[in-house]
This record gives sequence, C-alpha cells and structure tokens, in this order.
Amino acid sequence: MSSLFKGVRPYGEDPVDIRVEGEVITEIGTGLEPGEAQVYERDGLVALPGFVDLHTHLREPGREDTETIESGSAAAALGGYTAVFAMANTDPVADNDLVVEHVHRRGQAVGLVDVQPIGAVTVGLRGERLAELGAMARSSAGVRVFSDDGHCVADPLVMRRALEYSKGLGAVIAQHAEEPRLTVGAQAHEGANAARLGLAGWPAAAEEVILARDCLLAGQLGARLHACHVTTEGGADVLRWAKARGVEVSGEVTPHHLLLTDERLAGYDPVNKVNPPLREGSDVRALREALAEGVLDCVATDHAPHAVQDKDCEWSGARPGMLGLQTALSVVVETMVRTGLLDWRGVARVMSERPAEIGGLAGHGRPIAVGEPANLVLLDESAEWTVRASELASIAHNSPYDGMRLPGTVVTTVLRGTVTADEGKLA
Amino acid sequence: MTHLLSAEHLGRDDAVAILDTAEELKRTLLHREVRKLPTLRGRTVVTMFYENSTRTRVSFEIAGKWMSADVINVSASGSSVSKGESLRDTAATLAAAGADCVIVRHPASGAPQRIAGWLDGVSVINAGDGMHEHPTQALLDAATLRERLGGLEGRRVLIVGDVLHSRVARSNVHLLRTLGAEVTLVAPPTMLPDGMDRWLDEAEVPVSYDLDAELPGTDAVMMLRVQAERLGGGGDSSAGFFPSTREYSISYGLSEARARLLPEHAVILHPGPMLRGMEIASSVADAQNSVITEQVRNGVHVRMAVLYHLLASEETK
Amino acid sequence: MTTRREGVTPAEEPEGQRVLLAEADVARTIARMAHQVIEKTAPEEGAPPVLLGIPSRGAPLARRLAGRIAEFSGQTVDTGIVDVTLYRDDLRLRPNRPLEPTTLPEDGIDGRLVVLVDDVLYSGRTIRAALDALRDHGRPKAIQLAVLVDRGHREVPIRADYVGKNVPTSRAEDIAVLLTETDGTDGVVLRPAREEGDQG
Repeated sequence: MSSLFKGVRPYGEDPVDIRVEGEVITEIGTGLEPGEAQVYERDGLVALPGFVDLHTHLREPGREDTETIESGSAAAALGGYTAVFAMANTDPVADNDLVVEHVHRRGQAVGLVDVQPIGAVTVGLRGERLAELGAMARSSAGVRVFSDDGHCVADPLVMRRALEYSKGLGAVIAQHAEEPRLTVGAQAHEGANAARLGLAGWPAAAEEVILARDCLLAGQLGARLHACHVTTEGGADVLRWAKARGVEVSGEVTPHHLLLTDERLAGYDPVNKVNPPLREGSDVRALREALAEGVLDCVATDHAPHAVQDKDCEWSGARPGMLGLQTALSVVVETMVRTGLLDWRGVARVMSERPAEIGGLAGHGRPIAVGEPANLVLLDESAEWTVRASELASIAHNSPYDGMRLPGTVVTTVLRGTVTADEGKLA
Repeated sequence: MTHLLSAEHLGRDDAVAILDTAEELKRTLLHREVRKLPTLRGRTVVTMFYENSTRTRVSFEIAGKWMSADVINVSASGSSVSKGESLRDTAATLAAAGADCVIVRHPASGAPQRIAGWLDGVSVINAGDGMHEHPTQALLDAATLRERLGGLEGRRVLIVGDVLHSRVARSNVHLLRTLGAEVTLVAPPTMLPDGMDRWLDEAEVPVSYDLDAELPGTDAVMMLRVQAERLGGGGDSSAGFFPSTREYSISYGLSEARARLLPEHAVILHPGPMLRGMEIASSVADAQNSVITEQVRNGVHVRMAVLYHLLASEETK
Repeated sequence: MTTRREGVTPAEEPEGQRVLLAEADVARTIARMAHQVIEKTAPEEGAPPVLLGIPSRGAPLARRLAGRIAEFSGQTVDTGIVDVTLYRDDLRLRPNRPLEPTTLPEDGIDGRLVVLVDDVLYSGRTIRAALDALRDHGRPKAIQLAVLVDRGHREVPIRADYVGKNVPTSRAEDIAVLLTETDGTDGVVLRPAREEGDQG
C-alpha cells in the first residue's frame, strides 16, 4: 500500500510531495509521479510529525460511560495524534502488568493511535507503597512512564524511592504536583476570583513546593522527573532553575492553562473546573513564555472526560477535568503560533518530538525524512472552526471550548503509513 | 428583577426599592391584629435547605405566609435529596410541581446560580451559598442600619471576624458600599482571603488587624460568627486558623471594655447564632446599642419585600 | 392673571385634549362635595367621618375635602391614607411599583364612618382592593366613597356616594386629574389613551 501526499509543507516550509510506502516515508520531492499510490491533494497544508500526548485519561477500564479506548483513540486521531499515554487512574488502577497489558492490547486492537499505558507509582494511587514498576516495565506494554496523576505522590520518602527505583528501569516519574495539606477542600485557584466567589483556594505554592522538592530529589539521585501540568509562573521558574542546575526534569503544560483563566469561574459552571485549577492571566503569560523558551518541554492535554451528571451540578460537587484531544492543536495555534511565540518547528517540538522522547516512544516524534516512520499530521493553519462539544468523538462532552471559534484544523492524520483520520472523519 | 442571587450584582435602585418596601411593610404591619397581606395569594414558594438553618428558613417562611403565598419546606433530610438525587433533578422537580420561587440554602458556593440557570420561569433566592453570599442577610442588616443610623451614606461600618469563610461578610461588603457606606474589615490575617487586595481595592475597603484601633471612629460594628471548627486547640489534627478560642476572644471578641470604645450612637450587629462570651460578650449582645433582635425582626420584612419584588409583578414570568 | 397662567384653561388645550374642569372648577367641585358629605353624614351620631385618600391623588384630595368640611361645619375631620398596592388583583399584569405609606388616625378606624377618597372611579377594582385593605386595618361602622370624576366602565358592582363630575368616556380615552400637590396645577383633562392607565 502506498500513498502520495501532494503539495504539503513540512514544518510550514516549502511545499513538497511525500510518498509513503508501507509504514515508512520513501520519497520527498516535487512533482512526484503517483504510480500505484493513492493520491491526496493537500496543497499548502502544514505537515508535522504525528502528535504525541503524554497525558490522556481514556477511562477504560472502569468508566466506559465517559470514554473508552476506542472513542478516546478516535478523538486522538481526529486531533492529529498518533500516540497517547493513557493515565493510570482507571478502575481497577493500572498498578500492575495485567491492567497495563490489557490497555495496551485494546489500543492496538482499535489501531487508531498507539496507546501507551502509564503505570501507577503506588498501589491503588494511595501514595503509600510502590506498585510493581518493574513488572509493568517488563510487560508487553513496556511501561516507561509512571504517575499517580490525580493524586500527588506527597510522601517525600515514597517519592524518593520511586525516583530512585525508576532509574533502573529507564523510566520517568510524572508527578502531579499538589501538596495535599495545602489543598484540603480546594475548589479554585487561590486569588481574587476565589475570594470573590467564595471558593476554597488552591494556592500556587502547593504546586511549587512539590516541584521544588522533587527537582531537588531528582537532582541528588540522578533520576528523571517529569512535571505534569505545570500551571503557575512560580512552577515554571522552579523548572527553569532546576534545568539550569542540570536536573533531568521535563515539564508539560495543558492547552487549557495556556488559554483560559479563572475569570471563567464567574458563572460557577463546572465545565471550567479542572485540577490543577485555571490560574490567572499572569500565569498564562508566563506559561506561554516558558513553553516557547523550552523550560516547559511539551503540551499535554490532560484530556479528562466526565459524565454529564458529574459536571451538571453544583461547583463543589463536580469532578475536575476537561476534554482536550480534539482542541489541543487549535489552542496551540491560538496561543503560541498566532502570537509568534512558536513557529511550526516549535509546534513539532512541543507536541510530538519532546513528548515522544520523554515517554521513550521510539517510533514517534521523528523527523519528516526519507526512511522515517510515516507518522504524520497535515493541518490547515488558516482555517477556523467553531467547537461543538456534542460533536466531538469523545463519549463525554465536557469541553470548555464549546461554542468558541478557534484557528487551525487537523485535515489528515497518518499512523505508520495508514490514514486514520481525514477531513474531520475517521478513515 | 427575576432572581436574588448576590448582593454584588444588586443595583442601588433595586436595593433601595427593596429597603423602602420593607420599611413600608414594617410600618403597615405594626399594631395589626391580622398580619397577613393577600399580595402573593396563589403563588407557591419552596424553601430548599441543604444546610440546617432554622432562623433563616423560618424567617422566609413567615415572610411568605404573611404575604399569603403557599410556602413549602424541603430540607435535605427526609426528602429525595438524602437519597442522592442531583441538585438539578430536585430543582426541576420542584419547578415542575408548580413552584414560582425557590429559596436555596446550599453548602456549595454558586449552587443558587446554577439552579437559576437550569430553571425557566422560576425565581431563585439565594438564602446562603457556601462561603459566597447571603444577600437577604445583608439587606436586613442594611435595613437595620438605615433605621438606626438614619441612612448609610458616609457611615463607617466594621465587619469583624472570619471574613474568609463568611457569606454574610461578602454580601455586606458589596451591599453596604452600594448604599454609600464605608466598610472596614477587621480580622486576623488567616481569616482574610488570599488575593483580598486584588478582589477589593484596599483604598476602598481597608483591612485592619487591630480592633481596638478601629472602634472609636465607627458608626456600626458587625461581629461575624466564628465557627468553632475553624479554631485550633481542639482534638482536630488540622491546623486551626487561630490558636485558641481564648486567644480569639482576647484579640477580636467584642468585650464590654471594647464596646465602650464605640461612639455613643454606634450600633452592634450580629447575624447569629451568637457564641456569647466568645466573639461577643453576653452583656454587649444585650446592651442598648445592640440591634441583634431588631435584625431578626427586620429579616421578615426584608424577605417579604424581596418576595414582593420578585413575585408580585409581571416581570417574573 | 397668576391663576390663569398656572391653571388649566380651555384656551391652553394641547392637541387632542379636552379640559373638563379648569382650576377654579376643581375648587368649586370639591367645595360642593364637602357640602354633600356634611349633609349626608350630619344625622350620624358620634364622631365626624374619617376621610381616607387612596394614593397617589386621592391623598391630597382627601386632605382638601377634609379642609373644606372643617371650614363649613366647624368640626375637625380626621384624614389618612390607605395604600392598596398589596391588595390589587392586577399586580402580575404590571411592572413593580413602590408602596405608598398608609397612615390612619391614631385611634384607628374601628366604629368610625370612613369615606374613601379617590380621584377617578373607573373599573372599581381599586376600590375593591381598598375595601380589602380596610378590613385588615379595622372594622369601620360604614364605608362610603367620594370621587372627583366618575368615568363609567365599572367591572365590579361598586358605586360612589359622592361624585364631583360624571364624565361619559370611551376606553380609548384617559382622564387625567391634576392637583397642585402632585402636578403643580389643578384641572381635569380628557385625552386619548397613551398606554394602559392606572385608573381604577
């Protein structure tokens, strides 16, 4: 099987034709002859390596009423992703080789994106006893990222052990940085809006103290640390400082923290409730700059589907989280490309290359070059679209962007030579 | 006006209209044998209380009944609420059953706003939501102050205590300033919200940690209730907002000695229920210049006025 | 000259308006009504009647009428105001309105002869509301009604005991009663209806 993508612009540069045969890019040039290949006329579209999401909640097993590996894979493919890392906070928790192998196999069976399971750091995400990290690493799922996301590995000694132990597995610990004692009952970013709305505050320092502690631990132990969803100016500063000291730390930022602020909380609509919470304008500016600068390595969606009944209620009763897979590119175009903070090489870096490196996914985030795996996304930078939450591929509809007009659309996604999504539909 | 959800979004004209109506209702009902007006005959008012509050619920119930509305009380226990029905379903059920107005008390900030967004053609009154607002309490405080001080323009009001957790404080900060009063907050730093200075302009709403320094120049002092679980010294392992009830009382309690620092015309308010001997000395609570009982009395008239403004006119439906 | 400039006179009618009572006519009409009240209530034993005006223009009318009665009979006449807003049956048809103060004689109205005073009698619903309000304020011996203008079109079985002027009107017309206390001038004007009026 072969395909010819005509007129595309790798990294937004000069237009070329890309020939894909089997799973590999075999020819790049102008005026390529179609021959046997299926031809895709894609004049002027930007071609990037397929996106990789380091932080996705697929909810299977356990909450298949909100998302399944199949529906989540569809959302990912339509969003331009060729690989997603599935978070461990499922039910049962992915804290053993059986669950991670199941998730991995289900992802392969669906075949729309590579679903790479993340294993839990501690048994049951309880933060007490290390899960069988080695068994998960050596399983057929080949887990290389461990995280208790949703919960912070708060106990410093447990975190030290996890960091130390993961060294031997070539793995990284992805920390949900939230000092639990500082966020008891927290409902919103602690600041002027929470004060006005009477919502218990989630202080920026609760994130920053854990980041600082873990950077120091990782530095001393020579272990690798990844910071999930960095949301504060101070958090970015901590990472900048740690990187300057040579700590092997990486950080991600979510699309929603790049675009939305706690001003959105005024109507108490829990579609805006997320953990960590939406912060302030000054944080948003700092996060964008840190991403452009490379202090934050990548954009990760923290795609978190929730059932209607878990959002259509009073604020404090609602579950935190937002959909993100199908809107991530558009938010990045809006906040990083249109503002001139990132060019398309930069977008490739933060949405594909760095997350693949951090997560140890060899076949993804590769250059667009002959001989490389044909994992590609073709996107229209000039198109705009209006987000309709109910039309997204996820089973749940909790998108904060519902009704919002955003720039940039994914036209075609290619996973190892196979078109998975084309013109807004699964192929 | 369709709903009364917050004092923050209550305009001056509407606030004054409600207070004027309350004043007139009070005068009209004074010395009457039959304290019942036919105004809301055939209207159905439901109180939906997810927190216990006998005083507020009873006040609303009396207000509704004196206006001849049919008042039905739903409490969190003994109804489908306790069976885990969602707030939205409960509210929709009450609306479908014919409620013209729901009065909501809920531990979650913003719950009344959510209900107002879900229901069509039903007025929603916020009877206290989490740490957010309690607008009818602020209205009855304003009514009491207007009555006793002859007006609010330029008057200086101290709000003392746990501002962080207090919906009464939030509503009063907004309403009293809307009506032209100057509000100063007095509290230990742990009981003021972080981000305070960006929420309220410090120049407009000064903050003080020193009650003694503020009392002499004030026209009214409003003591907030201090919930015991907020204070340290108990068996709870969580860090308290204050070392002990004793220290709180010493630093921020309105003792007899402190009350003497007030100008002669100044009045003392408390939204109740009071912890006598803790945030306020018993003798101070019962003193001549204490208007605590008057607040309760005015509560009924203010809530009648709110019901009148929301339910009597054409704008409701 | 002064009175001519301030009062309403036929010569000054704006387009579409017809002056029914000019300033001097209003004073004469009130005087005549005062005589009628004295005549009709004189046989009553005990205290003189209490005149209760219905806001807004019934209130000053009641005071004026009481003044003339006192002048002609030598007896002091109690007056008061009874606001009927809370007793209206049409609240839901109209925008919100503020309440007017209700003031009654200190000794109340129990056992007294009450004369309700209003400017215009139209549907009769305001008077019905006033009767309900009075019931909540006490138990008068009897209740009578005095109006400056009766324009017909009754919707309830109510009639006035004292009428300043009967004016046949159509529903497409408004009667405007102007009083110095509320409008800066005295007069009664008939004009095309602009919107649903407040006349009862």
